[in-house]
Amino acid sequence: MLNGANTPESVTFPSDSLAEVPYEVFTSPDQYALETDQVFKGPVWNYLGLAQEVSEPGDYLVSAIAEISIIVVRNLDGELRAMVNRCAHRGALLCLERTGSARKFSCVYHAWAYDLNGNLTNVAFEKGIKGDGGMPENFRKEDYGLRRICIAEFAGLLFGSFSEDAPDIEDYLGPEICARIKRVLHKPVRILGRNTQVLPNNWKLYMENVKDSYHASILHLFFTTFRLNRLTQSGEIIVDESGGHHVSYSKIDDDQDNTHYQKDDVRSHSDKVALTDPAILRTFDEFNDGITLQILTVFPGFVLQQVQNSIALRQILPQGPDKTDLAWTYIGFEDDDVEMREHRLVQNNMVGPAGYISMEDGAVGGFIQRGITGTGEDASIMMMGGEKAESQTSRVTEASVRGFWKKYRALLGA
Amino acid sequence: MADPETLLQVIDLHTRYAAVLDNDRLEEWPDFFTDEGTYRITTKADAAEDLPLGIIYCNSRKMMVDRITSTREANIYEDQGYRHIISAPLILSAGEAGVEAETGFAVIRIMHTGETMLFASGVYRDKIAVVGDVLKFAAKTVVLDSNKVDTLLAIPL
Repeated sequence: MLNGANTPESVTFPSDSLAEVPYEVFTSPDQYALETDQVFKGPVWNYLGLAQEVSEPGDYLVSAIAEISIIVVRNLDGELRAMVNRCAHRGALLCLERTGSARKFSCVYHAWAYDLNGNLTNVAFEKGIKGDGGMPENFRKEDYGLRRICIAEFAGLLFGSFSEDAPDIEDYLGPEICARIKRVLHKPVRILGRNTQVLPNNWKLYMENVKDSYHASILHLFFTTFRLNRLTQSGEIIVDESGGHHVSYSKIDDDQDNTHYQKDDVRSHSDKVALTDPAILRTFDEFNDGITLQILTVFPGFVLQQVQNSIALRQILPQGPDKTDLAWTYIGFEDDDVEMREHRLVQNNMVGPAGYISMEDGAVGGFIQRGITGTGEDASIMMMGGEKAESQTSRVTEASVRGFWKKYRALLGA
Repeated sequence: MADPETLLQVIDLHTRYAAVLDNDRLEEWPDFFTDEGTYRITTKADAAEDLPLGIIYCNSRKMMVDRITSTREANIYEDQGYRHIISAPLILSAGEAGVEAETGFAVIRIMHTGETMLFASGVYRDKIAVVGDVLKFAAKTVVLDSNKVDTLLAIPL
């Protein structure tokens, strides 16, 4: 924790209303430092990876919480451990590969070594050479283990927390979010691929974007051009009690037309364009509930996405006040047949850095970041659907964006 | 040494391919593929694990046509252009069935603001067929050296 006179204070919000957010929160280096301390290292659970990536004793995975490198490992007893990827001696990174299997972690700098629980087991030349040099008599290796953090598993997802005060993972997520995660992750998954989209904006602008159902069919013309999703479809926004997590989903509603879009003169009303290979538009109702789109967030930086049969996990990793890594993991299920696997690969054209319906999200945060430069005295407004952060059946709402700020401000006392 | 004629034909194919992408003639891009041609962008890391995902994944030439339709009609992105720098191809095999080649490339992205960056580097793993007297890609796999893509990828590589 930051402490004493040097503790930066949060940017001041103009009022108690959740509908006004000062632009400075997206640009201030002080705010960014404060967030690492009070949001990411606060009483929250940060997504780290999939349990199946560390399935055997000794398997490890290097992930991150904000910019802090984290090792997730299954110890030799089969238990999950997570610790900061940093030697207790001089602070060098221990694991340099993204994944691997190890019996111990050894630092390349001075060969200090740790067991898979993070205990320091070896200090090179601890007793010196021929009685000369070495560590002082009172040096105790048990005082210098790796910095352990809490780890929890839910539906095959791994989460880490720096804070002992984080509630149990299921209490943290709440019953509705738990149910909606399990709806998708209900059987063994298969990883189809990974990549990272580098976003030219503050991490919160991306989280707002994911939670903002108002923009979806306005910015993303692919949706409306090919009649995939409209705000006029039936659906719902669920915001959890803390405000921090949300689910937005929609169901196909065949009898809708373009009337509302034409009346309000939004750009998304072109009906002239057709696809020559419509395979991408097919949907298998694989969850047997008619829901074709479900976007779910877990505060502070995790997204689970189902767009038809394209399923992906997104980890949001801040890299400075105006840069964010968005790490995508695209998945299917172990029991997908050849046809289903091919279908998912085709539909994954809709998401990711080149996604028909997601590429704009890589740029729009940058438009805001550039738009607000030097205008910290002003604030953005999001009053669509009121000023509260409650669940709503209309998706013409910014309720879940306000929910984000409710949780954020509670953590920062702002 | 590879047959000089084959080498020249593959160099010519890549040079014409790059000219289309670098000069905003995107509608001509699918013409470089056979009707059953495939196009996929993957990463070196995914390829090493044999993961099937495509950042762009087209299992037919029609999907390539649709990719360009969406790029032109539906997708929103700032005005930008590419400059391809393509190495000499490594001819892996050449025969009646066609040519297999691996060719290094770098793509520089130039934004309308003037901002210029090395956007992508990697290797084209190509299966090339002879259709009539022209070479076309039967399968083009773009293997990116890095797993990171800056902002978005709207124009094919």
